[in-house]
Amino acid sequence: MSMNIFANEATEERAESARLSSFVGAMALGDLVKSTLGPKGMNKILQSGSTGDINVTNDGATILKSIPLDNAAAKILVNISKVQDDEVGDGTTSVCVLASELLREAEKLVQSKIHPQTIVEGYRIASAAALKALEGSALDHSSNMDQFREDLVNIARTTLSSKVLSQEKSFFAKLAVDAVLRLQGSTDLEHIQIIKKVGGKLSDSFLAEGFILDKTISVNCPKRLQNAKILIANTSMDTDKIKIFGARVKVEGTGKLAELERAEREKMKAKVAAIAAHGINCFVNRQLIYNYPESLLAEHGIMSIEHADFEGVERLSLVTGGEIASTFDHPELVKLGHCDLIEEIMIGEDKLIKFSGVATGQACTVVLRGSTTQMVDEAERSLHDALSVLSQTVKETRVVLGGGCSEMLMSCAVDEEVKKVVGKKAIAAEAFARALRQIPTILADNAGYDSTELVSQLRAAHYGGQADAGLDLDNGAVASMRDRGVTESYKLKRQVILSASEAAEMIVRVDTILRATPRKREGM
Amino acid sequence: MAGPYSDAVYTTDEYGRPFIIVREQGKKTRSHGVEAIKSHILAARTVANIVRTSLGPRGLDKILISPDGEITVTNDGATILGQMEVEHQIAKLLVQLSKSQDDEIGDGTTGVVVLAGALLEQSEALLDRGIHPIRIADGFERACKIAVAELDRISDRVEFSKENTENLLKAAMTSLGSKIVSKAHRQFAQIAVDAVLSVADLARRDVDFELIKVDGKVGGSLEDTTLVQGVVIDKDMSHPQMPRTIKDARIAILTCPFEPPRPKTKHKLDIGSAEEYKKLQVYEKEKFADMVKRVKDTGANLVICQWGFDDEANHLLMQNELPAVRWVGGPEIELIAVATNGRIVPRFEDLSAEKLGKAGIVREVSFGTTRDKMLVVEECANTRAVTIFVRGSNKMIIDEAKRALHDAICVVRNLVVDNRVVYGGGAAEISCSVAVAKAADDIPSIEQYAMRAFASALDAIPLALAENSGLAPIETLADVKSRQVTENNSKLGIDCNARGQNDMKEQFVYDPLISKRQQYLLATQLVRAVLKIDDVITAGEDNE
Repeated sequence: MSMNIFANEATEERAESARLSSFVGAMALGDLVKSTLGPKGMNKILQSGSTGDINVTNDGATILKSIPLDNAAAKILVNISKVQDDEVGDGTTSVCVLASELLREAEKLVQSKIHPQTIVEGYRIASAAALKALEGSALDHSSNMDQFREDLVNIARTTLSSKVLSQEKSFFAKLAVDAVLRLQGSTDLEHIQIIKKVGGKLSDSFLAEGFILDKTISVNCPKRLQNAKILIANTSMDTDKIKIFGARVKVEGTGKLAELERAEREKMKAKVAAIAAHGINCFVNRQLIYNYPESLLAEHGIMSIEHADFEGVERLSLVTGGEIASTFDHPELVKLGHCDLIEEIMIGEDKLIKFSGVATGQACTVVLRGSTTQMVDEAERSLHDALSVLSQTVKETRVVLGGGCSEMLMSCAVDEEVKKVVGKKAIAAEAFARALRQIPTILADNAGYDSTELVSQLRAAHYGGQADAGLDLDNGAVASMRDRGVTESYKLKRQVILSASEAAEMIVRVDTILRATPRKREGM
Repeated sequence: MAGPYSDAVYTTDEYGRPFIIVREQGKKTRSHGVEAIKSHILAARTVANIVRTSLGPRGLDKILISPDGEITVTNDGATILGQMEVEHQIAKLLVQLSKSQDDEIGDGTTGVVVLAGALLEQSEALLDRGIHPIRIADGFERACKIAVAELDRISDRVEFSKENTENLLKAAMTSLGSKIVSKAHRQFAQIAVDAVLSVADLARRDVDFELIKVDGKVGGSLEDTTLVQGVVIDKDMSHPQMPRTIKDARIAILTCPFEPPRPKTKHKLDIGSAEEYKKLQVYEKEKFADMVKRVKDTGANLVICQWGFDDEANHLLMQNELPAVRWVGGPEIELIAVATNGRIVPRFEDLSAEKLGKAGIVREVSFGTTRDKMLVVEECANTRAVTIFVRGSNKMIIDEAKRALHDAICVVRNLVVDNRVVYGGGAAEISCSVAVAKAADDIPSIEQYAMRAFASALDAIPLALAENSGLAPIETLADVKSRQVTENNSKLGIDCNARGQNDMKEQFVYDPLISKRQQYLLATQLVRAVLKIDDVITAGEDNE
């Protein structure tokens, strides 16, 4: 007995139907992305509805971001995958798949009349046990630089193996590790610039020794400069605006106008002189440089580079050790950047500026080559994933094993824990262990092996004390992941478990969905 | 549009007597008398039924989808009702009801709606018996008085001090028990208590909420939530090469932009000659140098500015080793000023050393793989400003955690204001129900029926709690009620978490007395208002 108290088109879904809609939505989303999981995962083509542009990818976050969804639970999963992307950079598919598997298990439990809050309790016990096991299995090699580097290369290889770059994974793994170590502990990936140039093959990509700016040197300037002293600036080199509010120019005749123009020119000349007084031979500006100051600079024998964007300027200042200047009255206070050689280079058909022999070098450039735009784009995403994971690993140095090994390890730990739990929540905790085991199952399925057989072998191996056993997906057998060097970042795995269980809890707790009238859009 | 009677026509009949024809009557709907009241009751019960399943530690959450497809997942009654798109007038009253409980007390927003729904449900039966609505309302009012007196009687004082916060913690945990943050239950309760106690003035029994800021950022998990003794602002240093950490910060808090003065009155400055143009340039330059110098002279080593400053000013500051933060919003500026004991300076001329704020350390923290940066001001001169920094794996969970924290903070605040508590888990409702039912027998007039109905309505809360916890509701309630009477123990309630213990004092389930009292008073008032309406005229919709 109830009556309609809602506005038109606002709807309410209750109890069973609300649960059904959120479970089904979450599971559908999980099924959608799960075929991309693992080294043998498949790619997806995303076609834009409005422009018809095509995007080939197997990056979970990219896929999920591109699909318009109307289901509330599915939206939550998309959000956790996005957070995973922002926070660790990789594992975006895993987190979504794990959450949907948890919900699949929860659905069965709800059907057998277990209170949602009991399921939540069980999941909490299980995820705590899983995390403890994960932490216990994590290794920290940060004290030994060689071994740590080995770890990093392994992590990069593992991450890249599921991506388009897998044929060249050793090459790119090394490249990514070199790039990240160059950052010296900073996690700001903006400092690694990725320049994409279509043409050539993937293995033609390289990590530039020094730094590359995707700009051209102004005309009239030498194309090669040795022993450069660089002033990096962010200043307007057209005409300086008068900053005082309400000021405007009002002149009585053309004579005065000419005078004013001269004054303007003189001002610019003075500015250029001030810049030149820094004793530099290269001037990089974030903003445009007009022809007049450009020619003035050339007269002073200064190479000028205009319109370097914000990131470019910032990276350049990091690389060369110079500061970004906007006033030029105190040359003695301004730190200049230095590098041994600036030259214009050609990649494909484009001209770029290369700064080599740089002083500090906390930024670097990766040039990616590939046969098609889609290829290069996907390569960039893959590399970005690898770089993010590596940069996070540099901060949190512990590593765990991949290839389904950690999941199986956690699942066994949860099973052990369940034996001590009294009450219905034990059933929910057991379900959590089952959901964890789904990850190796999907890995094996995607590679076309008999997943049931392999996973049970894997489980037996873990119970048999072989704690580093995982799935060798090239040979379809259980093998030691430590020997094969399949390593993943601890932080990544931890975040996957945390996010997935938090999201699953959140969705399990829901029993009503209230939907407001969708806002009417014009022209639809 | 003209008034409601724009369609009225004045005319006379064949005998010359005037009469008025109001056209378009067909579109008007009218319901009145008992029929109107009943339809209202039905609407109110529908609303109450929606939030009923969210009550208690094992209540469930709701997903709310906004017109733009934004998702909110919550268990907070006020939020659910506030975001629901309700059209019905009476339903809107209930939404208001939960909002006023939220504004006044901050917690118990679900309970108040469930209680009002139950009261209306009971009055329906009385109406069927032919009791006049006003008599019902009167009876409810009398019953409410008795219930409130009973609450006072059974209330306990909980002692707490800055050192001994155990009791506050328990109350905060009761409030958080029903929320998703119960994952990190004790931690969140501790954060709420610490936050309130750091800003509370125990002598005056006053808590200034302005000093508690709740901020969130996705990433990590709920367990990573922390209480920062200071201020967190979502900004970074204005120049990438400024230092990231400043120790012993002396902060100049400015609300004037780094640009030449600009008179408020409209003005024009005409440049007529080259000399003037040059002079102006010099003036501009001097002005910038002067501003930086003024700041520097006070000994400041950090500038926080409400406005922006252009590239030149930015670089000048950098060159003079003055790290700066720009575009800091008004509320944040105030918070920083309070936290650091600084003064907000509106003009450069007014800057002086004693107006600077002081903080032990100001540092920039970066998150994840994107360039998210935040500025943390810690070890402030005034320790009373705190920020709760919520982390979580997705946006919805953070929003819900913020709401939960707000509730918990309110509960703790209420206890600081008035340290009397009643026991939760339906214990207070059961006691009041027993007291009201007993008192009803002494009333000679027909209000006694209404009072009995009130007693039954109070039972709705423990019933809902038991139902949501998966217990057999009627059986459980009957058992607890009889035990309360036979053992004369008003602390017995519903054992929602299956701990095998009905004594709420043992389980430490507390609610502030003022929160409960407010629930009863507000619900009774609302019911009276609904019962008094006997006629609803809905004007026909305009077809234009």
